[in-house]
Amino acid sequence: MAFEGLTGKLQAALKKLTGKGKLSEKDVKEAMRDVRLALLEADVNFVVVKDLINRITQRAVGQEIMESLTPGQQVIKIVNEELTALMGGTQSKINMAPNPPTVIMMVGLQGSGKTTTSAKLAGYLKKQGKSPLLVACDIYRPAAIKQLQVVGEKVGVPVFERGQVDPVEIAREAVEFAKKQQRDVVIIDTAGRLHINEELMEELSRIKAQVKPHEILLVVDAMTGQDAVNVAKSFDERLGLDGVILTKLDGDTRGGAALSIKAVTGKPIKFVGMGEKLDDLEPFHPNRMASRILGMGDILTLIEKAQASIDEKKAQELEKKLREQQFTLEDFLDQLQQLKKIGSINDIVSMLPGVDVQKLSASGALNEKELIKAEAIIQSMTPEERRNPSIINASRKRRIAMGSGTTIQDVNRLLKSFEQFRHMMKQMSNIEKAMKRGRFKFPFL
Amino acid sequence: MEKKGFFSRLKEGLAKTRQNITEKMDLLFKYHNEVNDELFDELEEVLILADVGVNTTTRLIEKVRERVREERIREAQRVRAVLKEEILALLSQPQELNLRFPAVFLVVGVNGVGKTTTIGKLAHMFQSQGRKVLMAAGDTFRAAAIEQLEVWANRVGCQIVRHTEGADAAAVVFDAIQAAKSRGIDLLICDTAGRLHTKKNLMNELEKINRIIEREYPEAHKEVFLVLDATTGQNAVSQAKMFKEKVNVTGIILTKLDGTAKGGIIIAVKSELGIPIRYIGVGEGMDDLQPFDAEAFVEALFEEA
Repeated sequence: MAFEGLTGKLQAALKKLTGKGKLSEKDVKEAMRDVRLALLEADVNFVVVKDLINRITQRAVGQEIMESLTPGQQVIKIVNEELTALMGGTQSKINMAPNPPTVIMMVGLQGSGKTTTSAKLAGYLKKQGKSPLLVACDIYRPAAIKQLQVVGEKVGVPVFERGQVDPVEIAREAVEFAKKQQRDVVIIDTAGRLHINEELMEELSRIKAQVKPHEILLVVDAMTGQDAVNVAKSFDERLGLDGVILTKLDGDTRGGAALSIKAVTGKPIKFVGMGEKLDDLEPFHPNRMASRILGMGDILTLIEKAQASIDEKKAQELEKKLREQQFTLEDFLDQLQQLKKIGSINDIVSMLPGVDVQKLSASGALNEKELIKAEAIIQSMTPEERRNPSIINASRKRRIAMGSGTTIQDVNRLLKSFEQFRHMMKQMSNIEKAMKRGRFKFPFL
Repeated sequence: MEKKGFFSRLKEGLAKTRQNITEKMDLLFKYHNEVNDELFDELEEVLILADVGVNTTTRLIEKVRERVREERIREAQRVRAVLKEEILALLSQPQELNLRFPAVFLVVGVNGVGKTTTIGKLAHMFQSQGRKVLMAAGDTFRAAAIEQLEVWANRVGCQIVRHTEGADAAAVVFDAIQAAKSRGIDLLICDTAGRLHTKKNLMNELEKINRIIEREYPEAHKEVFLVLDATTGQNAVSQAKMFKEKVNVTGIILTKLDGTAKGGIIIAVKSELGIPIRYIGVGEGMDDLQPFDAEAFVEALFEEA
């Protein structure tokens, strides 16, 4: 996950402040020096960093802090607010045209991932009930059209192409075609360019003039360095951008580009690409990302993901069982399988507040293998044993261990943690009853 | 088209880079006739904006400060020369690229850095030197990557070994090695799918390809080139580190130097990992791949406008 490196560094820098009852100007300045280095190492633009640090320092040594009871927490709050403001406050969506088709033009440098992202976006919009059309306007890169056709087919979206003729003409025809075919979104994949290339920039302007897109989205590689803001700025000056899509955020980049682009161009980040699969495109939530960077977790995204992957009915059944203390190993197995649908344990834990995933992984606490083992053990039990674990005696344990390829100790450990979990749930359900809170519960969280 | 000399093409490609850094430097030195802390702060800013990175920048500036103190340097102009010397010292290659044939190049890197294009340019470079080149279409993952490489093979006029999309990349390389042996090929260049260095399984696949080359073609001179995008920030160091661990990268190819990106990241990569830079891509044409020359690079970087 991106941002982890930045998270760790920022947390370390700010940790020094949290315990203190009183903050001197010197304390704040020192912490800010560390924050500055952390941001620069994360490729946040130099000018942006300078600005940010100045603002935070000013607020932090001013009234706001001195009168607070927990000055350290207050500084973190300020950093969080400033980071959120830097990334653009609230989520920005795609502008849909009142009269379809909505025309979206994808632009960006070579290798930023335009073609893949175009297909991802088409797939995303299709899931939302739209009927998109992909348009192949990259006539220069060898086999670019073929690539769009392949990924288009994978997401089940038709691709409009005319071979290697004038891209302006292709774009025009495509919009006509979309109108006839009742396609309500047109996504135009353009040729990648180095933004100093005047000729190709000119071509983009002509496409823009021809089809008058409702959205021009710049695709930016999240690993880009200090140059990211220059790229965004020059595209914005020539074409007038509506938003940005950041790609390759699933590497270990600290993603400073995300922080800089909005600050410098004022254009919001609308989506982020999180992987190689064609459904790995997520809407970007600046406030959530700021919390994530500061290690304050991203519970909202977790809940949304859970809602998308969990069977509503099963969840209700489960809730009932939990309340009535009838939770069995069978349900436990079911939960394990549902959990896997949400994502890897690492993904899930990285969204929890105050958790440094890298540290946890290093300590071996997040072992996906343990879950696989647990699954195997439960699957080696008879239905009777799953419903009533108390009948599992030594001989049954031996059989289960053999059947699942584990040891008797493993079986014992699982049974014990299941008991503990049941006990914990009993207490939780009492509290929940009183508080009437949400209905999703995960045994491991 | 008239064939231009190496330096003029390099300079052209680097024009933007040079302009960016030297303009700022010039401005800097104009306003600072004396050596003071402010001068060093601003030098630091220039380097960081060029993606040299905090660590390497700090180290460079420390070194320059030290020398300024020891050598009692008083003029700002002289500080620039010292900085240039220090960067050059960092970049200087301890070892030359001594190719012997038959040779095999394994080209690796993250997604979108320009691996396939670079392979096309490499093939062209060696074909025009009279070598027989064979490409192995090892990117079996990305849609249409094989077709893209094929277009290059036709353009350059070299041979290619390909399977279909989704095939085992290691098998493609295996076949290509057999073909290279039987057809008397001088240089085999293996393309691989772009992969983020954090994806363990994909990195293991790369290790397997590497192993196959060692096992099946031990008599060939082997080079593993990591392609880095000049616009990449500090993440390039992490990329280089992970690829080096898995497949023992022997050289860096820096692409897209003709944008506004300053390419300073190679200074950090060289300083922190010691991997030599072998080639730079300075344009979109077939001829726009140049052997890296540290002196020319730094010269061009600091040349007065």
